[in-house]
Order: sequence, then C-alpha cells, then structure tokens
Amino acid sequence: MVPEVLSQPAEAGGSVGIVTPRTVVIDTPLLLACGRSLPGFELVIETYGRLNAARSNAVLICHALSGDHHAAGFHSADDRKPGWWDSAIGPGKPIDTNKFFVVCLNNLGGCRGSTGPTTINPETGALWGPDFPIVTVRDWVASQALLADQLGIDAWAAVIGGSLGGMQVMQWTIDCPTRIRHALVIAAAPRISAQNIAFNEIARQAILSDPEFHGGRYIEAGAKPERGLKLARMLGHITYLSDTAMRARFGRILRDGDGQYNFNYDVEFEVESYLRHQGNSFVDRFDGNTYLLMTKALDYFDPAREYGDDLAAAFRQAQAKFLVVSFSVDWRFSPARSREIVNALIAAGRDVSYARIDSQLGHDDFLMPIPQYHAVLRNYLDRVALEVGS
Amino acid sequence: MSASLRPDLALISDWIAPGSRILDLGCGDGALLAHLTSTRQVRGYGLEIDDDNVANCIAAGINVIQADVDDGLAEFADGSFDYVVMTQALQALVRPDLVLAEMLRVGREVIVTFPNFGHWRVRLALLGGHMPHTPALPAEWYDTENIHLCTLADFEALCASAHWQVLERALLDRRHRAGFNIRTAPNLFCEIALYKLQRPG
Repeated sequence: MVPEVLSQPAEAGGSVGIVTPRTVVIDTPLLLACGRSLPGFELVIETYGRLNAARSNAVLICHALSGDHHAAGFHSADDRKPGWWDSAIGPGKPIDTNKFFVVCLNNLGGCRGSTGPTTINPETGALWGPDFPIVTVRDWVASQALLADQLGIDAWAAVIGGSLGGMQVMQWTIDCPTRIRHALVIAAAPRISAQNIAFNEIARQAILSDPEFHGGRYIEAGAKPERGLKLARMLGHITYLSDTAMRARFGRILRDGDGQYNFNYDVEFEVESYLRHQGNSFVDRFDGNTYLLMTKALDYFDPAREYGDDLAAAFRQAQAKFLVVSFSVDWRFSPARSREIVNALIAAGRDVSYARIDSQLGHDDFLMPIPQYHAVLRNYLDRVALEVGS
Repeated sequence: MSASLRPDLALISDWIAPGSRILDLGCGDGALLAHLTSTRQVRGYGLEIDDDNVANCIAAGINVIQADVDDGLAEFADGSFDYVVMTQALQALVRPDLVLAEMLRVGREVIVTFPNFGHWRVRLALLGGHMPHTPALPAEWYDTENIHLCTLADFEALCASAHWQVLERALLDRRHRAGFNIRTAPNLFCEIALYKLQRPG
C-alpha cells in the first residue's frame, strides 16, 4: 500500500513468519442495512499468536478501503512483501503476538476471497458482480460479530483499525458494547466530509464510466475496467499524501536526466511515474465492484445519524475504553476530525486518550512505524494485555 | 506514583469532591489525575502537549488528550467539568488571563497554582540587579518557559477586575508548608500559591 520509496526503516520486533489464510463459513443469515439479506457467507481470515485459555486475549484488526486479511507475515518464503500492517503486528511489536491472539479478515464484499462481487451467488450459480448488496460499516461489524461467535470469542480485548478500519472500531463500540473492551481508532473520522464524498464519487465515476465496465459484468465479458480502477487509485494516492511529502519526494523532478521538456503526454515528472505505478499495481490486485462498494460504505458511515446527529449520544451506548490517534499532516482524515470523536467521547463520559502524532506522509502515516505512534500503541496495548491476563 | 505525590497536589485533592469530573490542563505524567482517580474516584482527563508525557500517561492508564492549552478550550462545552485544574503552568502561557476565563467557562470551579514572583528571594535578586534564581524559579531569564510571572497581589488584582470569586487560597513555602511568616506577610514569604476560583452567579 505504501511504496518502498517512502517507507522508513522498520523498528525492532520479529515477524509472525509464514502465515496461511483460512476460510470461515458462517451459516447464520445476515440482514443487511440495505434491506437485503445473505443466507450465509464466507470470510477469509488470518490469525497470529495464540488464544489463551480464558479466550480473553483476542484482538480484531479491521482493514481500510483497499486492505485485506493479510495484515502481517509472509505467505511463502519467497514472498517479496509482508502483510499491510507488518510494521505493527508481530512478536515484540506494538500489537504483540506473544501476548495477543490477533485476527484479521477480508471484509464482506471484499475481493480477496471473502463473499463478495468476485464470488459465486449460490442462488444463481453466477458471479455476484454488481448484484452484490452494498454493505455498510454496521453490516461489517455484524458479520465480524458472527465471526467472533464462530471463533469462540465472547469479547475482544481490543478492536483496532485505521481509516475506514477505525470506523468499524467505533461501530463495534456502539453496536456490540459488551463485546469490545478497548477501541483503538486511528486516523479516522466520525463521518466523512463533502470533500471526501466528492473524492469517492470521482473514483466511482472513473470505474463506472470505463467502457470495459460492462455494467459490472466485466468478468463474464472477459474484460476489466482497468483504466477506471487505475484512475480511482491515482486519485486516492494524491489524498493519502501531504503536499509537503509530495514536494519532498517528487518536487518537479523529471524522469529524464537531461532536464528538457518532451512536449508530449508520456510520463515526464516523477510524480506522474509514481501515480501510474500505484494505479497499475492496484489494478492487478483489486476488483472494480469491490472498490465501488467500499467507497460507498465510507460515504454512508455516520453513527450519529440514528441518534439525532448527536455523536455523544451514540457513544453513550459504548462501554469500551478508547485510544484515538491522528497524524498532523493527514488532510484526508485530519486531526480535527479525530478531535470530534474525542470530544463526543468526553461528552459521553467515556474513558479516552488521544495522541496527535507529528508525521510526514499524510493519511498513509497510520501504516508507518513512527516511533511516537508505536510507543503510544505499545503503551496502551501493554496495559490491555495486563488487564486481560495475557 | 501517589506515594511521592507533591504536597501541593495532595492539597488540591483535598479541595476536590469525590466522584467529580476533572480536566487537568498541562497534566504532565498524570500524577495528580492518578492520585485523584484512586482517592477521589474522579473521572479525569488531562490535556498535555508533550509527546513523552502523553506516552507516559497512556502507559499509566490516565485519560490524556494531546493538545496545546494555548490553543484554548473551545473544544469543551460550557460547564462540562466540575473542576478545571492547572498546576504550575499559568506563568508559561501566552495569555494566562484568557485561559483562566476559558477554564471558568468550562469548569464549575477552577483550581490554579503558580510560583509567587513577590517572594523575598525574587525581590532580593532584583534589588541586586539580576533576574532571580530561586528553588521555585531555577531557569535562566533567556531559557525560562515562564513568560508571565506574577505576584499574589497581581493575581488577586486580576481576579478582582474580572470579577472572579476566590473560594479558597493556600499559600506554601518551598517545602510546601504554610508557616507563620506566610500568614503574616503572604506576598513576601509564599513561594507557591494555590487558588480555587469560580465565576460569579
């Protein structure tokens, strides 16, 4: 997710090593916010560490827009890159797999094996494709609660997520207050702004207007809305980086060393090369219908809506203790948005700590091993470990 | 942590009703809140700007909000806390008067402590032509964080002009005791002042 060119050296702490995803089949019907229901579904998960005898040390990791179940470790010995949050998850790392049983899943509607647009609809025998229901953050939490049942986990020691993942964490505290002890909400917002919805709309239009989209039935048509997906991702990446970070990394540097303008539309500036690379590599691993659906889940998230637009009233349902973290140069989910969450939690009388991390990159900072960020996570989770006796 | 609690912090806790809601501005490592949570069963939150202090509060299980007190308390609703407390930070603020007014808006009552710039050691140093170095004010004039020092008389003049009510006052020497000298000539002998204020009405 974060390009190598921008990554920082990883801190001490081991790897969870080679991990193997597995599929959990859930037979319980799930009524979705849109009114439709799924008779059952499958979730692909990875787990790291060991569940203790009291089953009290389980931690759920919720992924963001383009994430999946592969949060840490490697799938094979010659795997080039580890899971998307390997910097934070592992033995001796802030989310310490020597202490916690860590569960990460591919969300419902995803494209990495869980039931979603790229899997078969059992009622028709055909791919779900665009017919897969638009799921919401609340639906995800309900599906994750059924997953917890299946794993024999009554209550999570902590649920942790960044960005859209942080929204799932908040929803957990409101919908299943007795099943989450600690909520770690990172680089999130209580609901997204008009500006954010606007970015999502452009991303969706890029995909929907791609001639290869075929009304969402592109797989059957032997096609793929690659241009649309690529544009959506390029746009996203602009918003994940701060102006300063882009300036520092790319400036106005030209690809060709001769410093001359080419007067054509080929890749010329470094930043163009970066965005095209990000777009192209995303197309290989992601599905258009899933991208559409995930952005919609972001747009719809608004837990205060059912409580008269009073976020504090929503959080009065919660029983968990909270850690909220933001990053100084994140403008997509700015520190001010995290403070809205914190203020509502204080008004609701909940326990909350808030750290505003001085950072460099932007929204993507939540994946980086920034020392202060990891110190805060580690200090908080060390107490959680003591509390749950792991 | 509470074993080595500073005597001025212990005194503050005597001023706080059990079970109340507290906002501690510039809470440091959270010592006061930890003490109040265990002895007074308060629900407390600290405001703190420093990274290490924030990490330490989190390690100690103290609710800490990373923010700059000088940015104001606009994020907090009127009367949302029983007490807003600030220990030994008033003199380091850009506009102590505005922060005090904000504290009185957010809290039902305000507890504030500061070093008394009217102490005889300070006066003696100034008489000798130099900025003071005292146990309460150890820094050099050029690297001190204290930019708005005041005497007891100055502070009470501000309270009077702003119509803030002084509910309680405790004046201590550097051993955090209130002796005969302080009772006789407070502005000369008090080194650390504690005040409890409220808005009129």
